[in-house]
Amino acid sequence: MPEPIFQLQQICKQFSGRVIFDHLDLDIFPGETLVVLGPSGTGKSTLLRVLTGYIKPDSGRVLLRGKPMNDFSEHELSAWMLSVGMLFQSGALFNSMTLRENLSLPVRENTDLPEETIEIMAKIYLQLVGLREHIDKLPGQLSGGMKKRGGLARELMMQPRIMFYDEPTAGLDPVSSRQIAQLIMDLNKKLGVTGVVVTHDMQSAFHIADRMVLLHEGKIGAAGAPEDFLTTSDPYVRQFVDGLLTGPMIGQSDLNAYEADILATRIEG
Amino acid sequence: MRETFEMFGDLGYMLLDAAAGIKPALLSGRGTRQGWHNLWTQMNRIGVESIPIVCLVMSCIGAILALQLGPQFARFGFVPYTADAVALATFREMGPLVAAVVLTGFGGAAIAAEIGTMVVGEEIEAMYALSINPIRFLVTPRILASMIMMVCLTATADIAAVFGGMLVSSLSLHIRTLQYIHHTVSSLSVGDFVSGLIKGAVFGLLIGAIACFLGLRVTGGAEGVGINTSKTVVMTIVALIVVDLLFTTVFFYLGF
Repeated sequence: MPEPIFQLQQICKQFSGRVIFDHLDLDIFPGETLVVLGPSGTGKSTLLRVLTGYIKPDSGRVLLRGKPMNDFSEHELSAWMLSVGMLFQSGALFNSMTLRENLSLPVRENTDLPEETIEIMAKIYLQLVGLREHIDKLPGQLSGGMKKRGGLARELMMQPRIMFYDEPTAGLDPVSSRQIAQLIMDLNKKLGVTGVVVTHDMQSAFHIADRMVLLHEGKIGAAGAPEDFLTTSDPYVRQFVDGLLTGPMIGQSDLNAYEADILATRIEG
Repeated sequence: MRETFEMFGDLGYMLLDAAAGIKPALLSGRGTRQGWHNLWTQMNRIGVESIPIVCLVMSCIGAILALQLGPQFARFGFVPYTADAVALATFREMGPLVAAVVLTGFGGAAIAAEIGTMVVGEEIEAMYALSINPIRFLVTPRILASMIMMVCLTATADIAAVFGGMLVSSLSLHIRTLQYIHHTVSSLSVGDFVSGLIKGAVFGLLIGAIACFLGLRVTGGAEGVGINTSKTVVMTIVALIVVDLLFTTVFFYLGF
């Protein structure tokens, strides 16, 4: 088993008193595509931001190749981040720049490549995601799905070794979803790019995952290969994977609290 | 109280980061390719586009000063000294201060709204993920542009006010144009002009710093952008007045 690239050790995080992570442990191994599952609000996107260092945990350690992230200097962390890419849910394109400028900017800022080379790279990666003819459009002129593909092309310009995907297929039509899923697989299988994918799209998840984890109450509730998730009898996993309306995910305590809240409402008159 | 101290501390850290960003953004390294473009763009947006409104406002202020002071000087037979009073009030005080207030509304609010919208749209986070330092990329050029253009706008404001006062004085107070210009020039020292420009640069620093700082602290979506944009205008104007008082006090005791 290779050494993990990322290790989250006993990570705790709260936002306004609400516990997001409760002593969470997770290892991410090189060359794998890890899919992170969980109901809305369980901290999947926050997990990605802890991995990129954008959000600092309240306690616990984040290790990059065995070294705590806190021990990295700003220069070292910046150099490390050059090998990491993140696809945001909205694409996060810079709204004041055209697609051409969006893709050129990180390369111009981080390399000494001449402008002509950057221009060619931008066209190649836009062609890869099917947006080459929109190269001079502003993000405001693009659909949500096009923005997401533009964001992916921008990340690929830096040729990352590790990619984080935050809902990569959300809002996309089935064909575009399949294209993105195929791109993620190609990046992994052909170029060895490690991927961490946060998604609700179960079809894409089973298609691309080497390993899956399911977040539950601030911890990893379940972990294993996609086949394990398909065949497990764990009721929490079954409810999520099968999309069942009833089960432990909507707990009895939630229903009791709901009933008490309704009964406590005073009716005037 | 603790939150206020923390806020000033965070503002100080941001300014230190912005200052550290000058070299990689403009002087050496890869960032210079984009850095000068960013600075030039901001100077146009913040400064050049403010010139017409600064000229209009300061012309009116020059005219108002002349109309208010002229009759007072006339009582003592010193009507031509209206030009002296307008010049001194403008070059030392009204020029930099009014130009700064105009720039706060025109440029400061725009900076806070733009950066706040970027925060809400995850663009700042995307910069971190792309190894682009958002302070160096966004804040440094905006603060520098504010400072540079405030110096230019101060000089523009001074000239506009003199022109406004001169126009009104020749029409209503019957001061000849050449006489007005002679009194203006002879009443001013280099120190009066330079002190106004120094104030302008400091006011530009305040405008850029507060706008960028509050823009980066936006939370809560579009509502948060609106709240922090309003806060930017209010806090900047208060800061301008307080700093102006400090400057005036220091210059007073220095005999400047």
